[in-house]
Amino acid sequence: MKNGKVTNVMFAGIGGQGIIRASDMLTEAAFRMGCDVKKSELHGMSQRGGSVSSDVRFGEKVASPMIPAGEADYMIAVSADQIEVCAAFLNENTVIIRDEDIPEEYRASRMMNIAMLGVLNRYLAFPEGLWIDLIRENFSGTVAEENITAFRRAFEAK
Amino acid sequence: MAENKLILSGDEAVAHAAFDCAVRTGVGYPGTPSTEILETLSAIGGNAEWAPNEKVALEVGAGTALAGARSIVTMKHVGVNVAADPLFTLTYTGVTGGMILVSADDPGMASSQNEQDNRNYAKFAQMPMLEPSDSQEAYDFTIRAYEISEKFHQPVLLRMTTRVCHSRGIVNRWKAAEQPAVPAFTPNVKERVMVPANAKPAHVRLVQKMNDLAVWNDGSEGLNRIGGAAEAELGIITSGVAYYHSLEAAPEAKVLKLGMTWPLPAKLIKDFAATVKKVVVVEEGTRFLEENIRLLGVDVMPKAEIFEFGELSVSRVKKLLANDSEPEAAAAPGRPPALCPGCPHRKTFELLRDLNCIVAGDIGCYTLGVLPPFNAMHYSLCMGASIGMALGMRRAFDEETSRRVVSVIGDSTFMHSGITGIVEMVYNRPATGHLVFILDNSTTAMTGFQEHAATGRNMKLEDAPRIVLEDLCKSLGVDNVDVIDPVTENEKYAELVKTRLASNDVSVIIVRRPCILEMKKLAKKGGAK
Repeated sequence: MKNGKVTNVMFAGIGGQGIIRASDMLTEAAFRMGCDVKKSELHGMSQRGGSVSSDVRFGEKVASPMIPAGEADYMIAVSADQIEVCAAFLNENTVIIRDEDIPEEYRASRMMNIAMLGVLNRYLAFPEGLWIDLIRENFSGTVAEENITAFRRAFEAK
Repeated sequence: MAENKLILSGDEAVAHAAFDCAVRTGVGYPGTPSTEILETLSAIGGNAEWAPNEKVALEVGAGTALAGARSIVTMKHVGVNVAADPLFTLTYTGVTGGMILVSADDPGMASSQNEQDNRNYAKFAQMPMLEPSDSQEAYDFTIRAYEISEKFHQPVLLRMTTRVCHSRGIVNRWKAAEQPAVPAFTPNVKERVMVPANAKPAHVRLVQKMNDLAVWNDGSEGLNRIGGAAEAELGIITSGVAYYHSLEAAPEAKVLKLGMTWPLPAKLIKDFAATVKKVVVVEEGTRFLEENIRLLGVDVMPKAEIFEFGELSVSRVKKLLANDSEPEAAAAPGRPPALCPGCPHRKTFELLRDLNCIVAGDIGCYTLGVLPPFNAMHYSLCMGASIGMALGMRRAFDEETSRRVVSVIGDSTFMHSGITGIVEMVYNRPATGHLVFILDNSTTAMTGFQEHAATGRNMKLEDAPRIVLEDLCKSLGVDNVDVIDPVTENEKYAELVKTRLASNDVSVIIVRRPCILEMKKLAKKGGAK
């Protein structure tokens, strides 16, 4: 991702699904990989169960914090009904990560967001240790360990 | 200074800069997308507090700056309307210590009742304005704003938008934290007491300062810059996040990015325009730059009307530059927000729906009472308006209809601007009386659970003096003040409402049950009681 091309990852779901947390973690991961990174999100009323989306863009140099129409490289669809809402940002090559891409035990669980980051990392190939550090910084105790397991299982699932 | 890189939102970046500038007073009222500035300032050890409303916040911030120390006052765009009265004369008096007013605008109305463009306040109130375009500039410009404020003794408007406030990016925190200055009292009545004899020369001084600022802006370093292509036919003049959209939308264009957008740097703009064949202004909202640049005698292509609405994006900037005024496809509707399952407000809206009430509502989570399955809100305007509006309706409708009119306001909104509505209700009581519901969930829930003067906690969740809503209403002379739990006393609640609506009394029912999410927050932070 240091060849000038910006990588665009869109997260979509509804309030309470950990969209903001997961996109913050990806932002931090890209930063620690030495990339320029920008993240944009809309929240506010979303706290009340409304749609939440977050754009993470990283590469050598990022300008706009918002993914331009049709330029999402990846979409993390934590809530499948949000794919249609975000359709304008997708193209025929966009990799859409859905609940069927993660191990069954994590579907509809509170760890869905982290499991989906595990799937995303099959493509990004950031070092596993970086993610484990980030999970431990974001969660504590057994919750952190459970999320690390979720991340690893989802990463290795295919 | 050691390099210190962080990932920060625009709001967090402003807070870090305010901390590094040793701000004595951080004060504001919560409002998306401004809220995180003071929350962050408090969390990193700075001085921050929530005021009951934006007018009081601005007055407190002004006081600190008049006394000679630094202040930052934060609010969302509509909050500046509330604070406008002191603001418009504070620009006459000027300040001694540096003062920043942050206006967080919401083009596109992600969570607001209008999309007013507060850049117009800079011109109207006559104050310098800086517009950061990302988190690094949010940090840098906050520091620059104090420098300008103290050089010209004027409050500075730091105008942000949702996409700058809530976007995250890399920030180099370069400034070593300062020690706060301790001011001594120096009377200066001619410049500080705005009676007409003093205000007339103050107005003249203000205009002179703005003239000086315009000249200074022309020679300022690090605020305005020219980017994009070195040579081009198309010249774009822009500010804020629209700058980054422009760079992506038109890599072939030469771009003048303005960081200080009032007063404008006239020479810089004219010189830039002379190097290109066509000048287009790329801006969200009103034609603030377009019109004021045209007044400088520069020929600017007018943007199509559709770009006065909503946010810009890379795609929309391409369309704007192509002078394409064709209507745009409506964005796919997302899932709308709703009152949480288990929200105590639900009981009130079920009741108001079943009793066929005419509901003047207010600003907060409970505005969602307008949505199905309740459909129990008929009017909503601005903070505190539920009471005054309803009183006016009871003067207009016939008696039977008037008896159905109620006001619904939350606890934080009541503290913000509901109290004077109760004064009006008691002083100018309608013939049919009136009924006000204060939905007291003990937090400012919609903006993310901020404390206020009636919760008994301060921003750091420490115990604080608590304004008791029922005592306050009783002291104002309200005929009946009842406190009820809408869940455990639901049957009694319905009977009480029917009795109050049938009478000619002026009544307040305080519907008290804590927000379920606030309880979780307090439990997490170990502050639950």
